[in-house]
Amino acid sequence: MKYKNTINAAYFFLAPALSAIFIFFFLPVIAAFIMSFTDFDIYALGDLSTVRFIGINNYLKLFDDPLFYTALQNTFYFVILAGPLSIAVSLGAALLLSSKLVKYKAIFRLSYFIPVVTTLVAVAIVWRFIYHPKFGIVNYILSLVGIAPIDWLGNTATAMPAIVFMSVWKSFGYNMIIFIAGLQNIPEDLYEAASIEGASGWQKFKSITIPMLAPTTIFISLITMIGYFQFFAEPYIMTQGGPLNSTLSIVQYMYQEGFKWWNMGYSASIAFVFFFIILLGTIIQLKIQKSTE
Amino acid sequence: MNVLNKIVFSVLFVTFLFLCSCSSKNDSGSTIKFWAMGAEAEYVTKLVPEFEKQNPGIKVKVQQVPWTAAQEKLVTAFASDNTPDACQLGNTWVPQFAALNAIIPLDVFIKTSNQINKEKYFTGIWETNVLDNKTYGIPWYMDTRLMFYRKDFFEKAGYKNPPQTWGELLDLSKKIKAMYPKEEKYAIYLPTNEWAPFVMFGMEAGSSLLKDDNTRGNFSGKEFKEAFKYSIDFHKLNLAPIGFSQVTNQYQAFAEEYFSIYISGPWNIPEFKKRMTGNLSDKWMTAPMPGYANDYPGVSLAGGSSLVIFKDSKYKKEVWKFFEYLSQAHTQIEFYKLLNNLPSVKEAWDNPIFRDDPYMQAFYLQFTNVRATPKIPEWEQIAFAKVQQYAELAARNVMSVDEALKSLDKDVDRILEKRRWIVEEKKKNN
Repeated sequence: MKYKNTINAAYFFLAPALSAIFIFFFLPVIAAFIMSFTDFDIYALGDLSTVRFIGINNYLKLFDDPLFYTALQNTFYFVILAGPLSIAVSLGAALLLSSKLVKYKAIFRLSYFIPVVTTLVAVAIVWRFIYHPKFGIVNYILSLVGIAPIDWLGNTATAMPAIVFMSVWKSFGYNMIIFIAGLQNIPEDLYEAASIEGASGWQKFKSITIPMLAPTTIFISLITMIGYFQFFAEPYIMTQGGPLNSTLSIVQYMYQEGFKWWNMGYSASIAFVFFFIILLGTIIQLKIQKSTE
Repeated sequence: MNVLNKIVFSVLFVTFLFLCSCSSKNDSGSTIKFWAMGAEAEYVTKLVPEFEKQNPGIKVKVQQVPWTAAQEKLVTAFASDNTPDACQLGNTWVPQFAALNAIIPLDVFIKTSNQINKEKYFTGIWETNVLDNKTYGIPWYMDTRLMFYRKDFFEKAGYKNPPQTWGELLDLSKKIKAMYPKEEKYAIYLPTNEWAPFVMFGMEAGSSLLKDDNTRGNFSGKEFKEAFKYSIDFHKLNLAPIGFSQVTNQYQAFAEEYFSIYISGPWNIPEFKKRMTGNLSDKWMTAPMPGYANDYPGVSLAGGSSLVIFKDSKYKKEVWKFFEYLSQAHTQIEFYKLLNNLPSVKEAWDNPIFRDDPYMQAFYLQFTNVRATPKIPEWEQIAFAKVQQYAELAARNVMSVDEALKSLDKDVDRILEKRRWIVEEKKKNN
């Protein structure tokens, strides 16, 4: 009886938060899901009677849409390139900053973290200048060693790597901080014991640091993957998806269809397909985590 | 305790003030809410006091909306029943808001107005606002595209006058390119992220762009194909640069002779004036588009902004008075002086400010042959997403012209599927 009362009280206190979540989160998601089975568009905004339930036609159209595959391919390319790179760089930075050899750690930590807290839009605009074929600093440095200027963002082969490089630079500081926290949780006596046994630095890293960091790594790769899958502002500001759609991401494609061309139904179907892709990625990673435990 | 009292008192006082300011809204007279975009909003505000003086009892509240977010904001405002009384709309947006049923036909007002009527405007510009014989907007200011060119290079290539036909334009471009056998310089700038020139050439060749009551693409039709081939040839013959990101600043590129011809609009006149200084200042000029053969000037786009009234407005008559005020020749000249927006009323063009401006002559001539792009809500998507996409693919030689246009038609037909259905339903019901 007493237990039941507690639960009732809990519901009472949770009610405002739950109803807010329901109204502002679940309801729109449900509405969007229903919308993805209609051809809701600009005509429908004007006259609701023109909305047609078209079943899974949006999804069929989507799987037949070359631009969707281009966007999907670009997104995977970005995640596969930027994800591991970001994790490797942040782990490296974390190791360096935890090492006893480095001085002025606070300054380094701060300067690596500054890009994370800077607005992505501002950063992207600045990087557009950095990559500028004529006046950019990247080409200037390359010209010092005699390399001809490269049109980084204007070339289909270099545009995506250029964006990847910027994104990694922008976000590795966050992962680095988490790695540093993970490193601090590794008991010092493990290393001491290994030293007594005569283990080399590499052996210690391989057999202590890496396994002990496994939960942190899984967490970071999950967060990074989900975040990178949704990359939008970088191409939106730097290339508008070009050249030749080589940097068009899924989220950007969804935005274009929905808010530029007002094909809301179609746009909603992109959102749900994309949701399942991310869900699948998450499940796979959690499976990997379980098998390593 | 004393401090606490003070805090409580001041909080109550602020709340009281806030409530007062909320309730004092219902003043007498009518206040028109007018949305304008970007710099237009800033400058139209300067024209408002004169109007309010002439029309006591009517007040105009101008709200600024950034161009980049304008369409989203307007549609969102419509979806949430929060539209202003009137606003400025890019004239290619008129069909969208007419399809939304958000704006009203203005024919009732035009009929009784001695200020605004069709004859006072350029036909091509006026037509952009007419859908199914109903006029949804009044041209406010207009723009179009024509050639900005380097006089010195035209003369060096043996052209005293700008080219009047397609053949001449191609010939001239080849001659300009031949002046730079080794350097990376070009004759003309036709970036594939600007759909306008491709569509203009198509219209000049006589293409309707869409067919079957604007429900299907007509891009692989004979006319458009010829025009598309013509414009892509500039890229293939290396007369025009293929990418567009190497030209981050077209004014500088123009000054540095990177290209000698650029098809653009009046908004670039002040910019070019600013960059082409010193001994370059008399080295450039504007010219109307060349015709296909003997029909100079060639056709260009009927661009600009229109004034529209929203369906839910309570002050339609008052708004109309404001429109009439904005459509007076001298108001439009004032507006031009403030912002360089070209007046839509023909009468204003008699003013010396236009008659004596050498760059304006070409514009006046060009406005006599401007045409609206297909007046359907989907047009912008077709132009921005599809025409540009296939122009780029063809210019980069990823696809042949035939392939590109066939795929373009296929994509356009897909975009227009809904429209086809609506048109067919309407036919059935009639």
